[in-house]
Amino acid sequence: MQLDVSPAVLWSLSGLYAILIGASLIVVLLRWRGPDNQRAELVQRIRSWWIIVTLFTLAMVMSRQVAVVFFALVSFLALKEYLSIVPTRRADRRVLFWAYLSIPLQYYWVAQAWYGMFIIFIPVYVFLLLPMRMVLIGETKEFLRAAGTLHWGVMTLVFGISHIAYLLVLPQEKNPGAGGAGLVLFLVFLTQFNDVAQYIWGKLLGRHKIIPKVSPNKTWEGFLGGVATTTLLAFLLSRWLTPFGWPWALVAGVLISVAGFIGDVTISALKRDIGLKDTGTLLPGHGGILDRIDSLTYTAPLFFHFIFYLHY
Amino acid sequence: MARLLRFIFYGGIVRLIVLIVLGLNVRHRERLPTLGPAIVVANHNSHLDTMVLMSLFPLRLLPKLHPVAAMDYFLGSRLFSWFTLKVIGILPIKRKVERGDDNPLEPCNQALRDGQVLIVFPEGSRGEPEQLQSFKGSIARLAENNPAVPIVPVFLHGLGKALPKGEAILVPFFCDVLVGEPLRWTGDRRRYMRELDERMKLLASEGNFPSWE
Repeated sequence: MQLDVSPAVLWSLSGLYAILIGASLIVVLLRWRGPDNQRAELVQRIRSWWIIVTLFTLAMVMSRQVAVVFFALVSFLALKEYLSIVPTRRADRRVLFWAYLSIPLQYYWVAQAWYGMFIIFIPVYVFLLLPMRMVLIGETKEFLRAAGTLHWGVMTLVFGISHIAYLLVLPQEKNPGAGGAGLVLFLVFLTQFNDVAQYIWGKLLGRHKIIPKVSPNKTWEGFLGGVATTTLLAFLLSRWLTPFGWPWALVAGVLISVAGFIGDVTISALKRDIGLKDTGTLLPGHGGILDRIDSLTYTAPLFFHFIFYLHY
Repeated sequence: MARLLRFIFYGGIVRLIVLIVLGLNVRHRERLPTLGPAIVVANHNSHLDTMVLMSLFPLRLLPKLHPVAAMDYFLGSRLFSWFTLKVIGILPIKRKVERGDDNPLEPCNQALRDGQVLIVFPEGSRGEPEQLQSFKGSIARLAENNPAVPIVPVFLHGLGKALPKGEAILVPFFCDVLVGEPLRWTGDRRRYMRELDERMKLLASEGNFPSWE
């Protein structure tokens, strides 16, 4: 039951708090020099970070089951946010209920460490079941759009995010220094760090737009600066948290930073399609939960299969 | 005992469902009344409407909060009546007035004189999911009877998707709550109704929600 929290994981979590304290101090200093609106959002954003990091820490140190439930809850909140902002058909109300039911099942396979089921349940069974349920209701108008919309949400927000939780149940002895928790920290921290790094590099040096149609504020300078910083950090952290030697650590860093960027702009494209700036109001200063985990929808499955292929 | 149950019901179960299973996006929360007497009027699509409106207020106001509800629907068997009256805390009124009855709104007037906050659904009953119906005239009469009491219009969106009339399965959706500026008695029933109607439509258009087909 008890997840053995290794010293490496505890040190990393302490590092997170050190960063938060640093960020809060900077904000206090900025406030001294006079308030303005942009800073008010920054204050909110950092306050939300404190809550996110505290919940994350509690989930990670309490037990493996608690951590799995925590990620199931993240999937639930994200899927709910997604289904609330995308257009759904009135006829599909009960189909959506079945889509939600995939969450407890998917995370149950994770808790049981049943890899075979975990990896096919949503791509095969849920994929086939939901359209069948829709056909039983019989509404054919906009059928394809509704089926596609629903499946995309379940794949990214349930299947994709559940890969973070599966890292926790991988055999601990393959990563003796930090176990599954170490891998989760490595993935989640680097993904979130990469978001911040790309933002800061973009603010400092940003000149050339990278994907103006989808995300006009994103620049090549921000993207490359983020990749470089995240890769360097991946190299530094990998000794404690992962079983990688330095060459694979660098590859992991590039993978996370590039995939994180793609996940981010994919959700941006979704928001632009619907005509929203933020996906919700759950996390003041960030927007909705989708705004926060957008990058993870790409990094989680890709990082998982990267390490799974190399080490498990 | 009933007070404690009511506290547990609204403070625990209802808040858990409203905030975790549903989730709210509230706009202009500061416009909600902070003390009685006041009337909150909202559009009505789901049994969840009452639960959401009750959750918008701090728990210290709970003893003063009462949803106004139809006597014939909510006062059935003894156990059910006890639950609706004591735990949900409805203020029952008669839907059909017979000759010789007192003013059917008198219980509301009395509650407002006692400084209570009433939750009223002037559409009467829950309509088609996610469609605004016109308000019934008794809300203007209530305003006329209590000219000093502010009436706060609230537009609810999404609850008719989560639990529409006639459905037993709750499907989670984030719901939007848009609180309007308080409105006081203007001196003329028809004008008052028009004003209230316009405020509701304004709130609905502020949300810019797509229709649900």
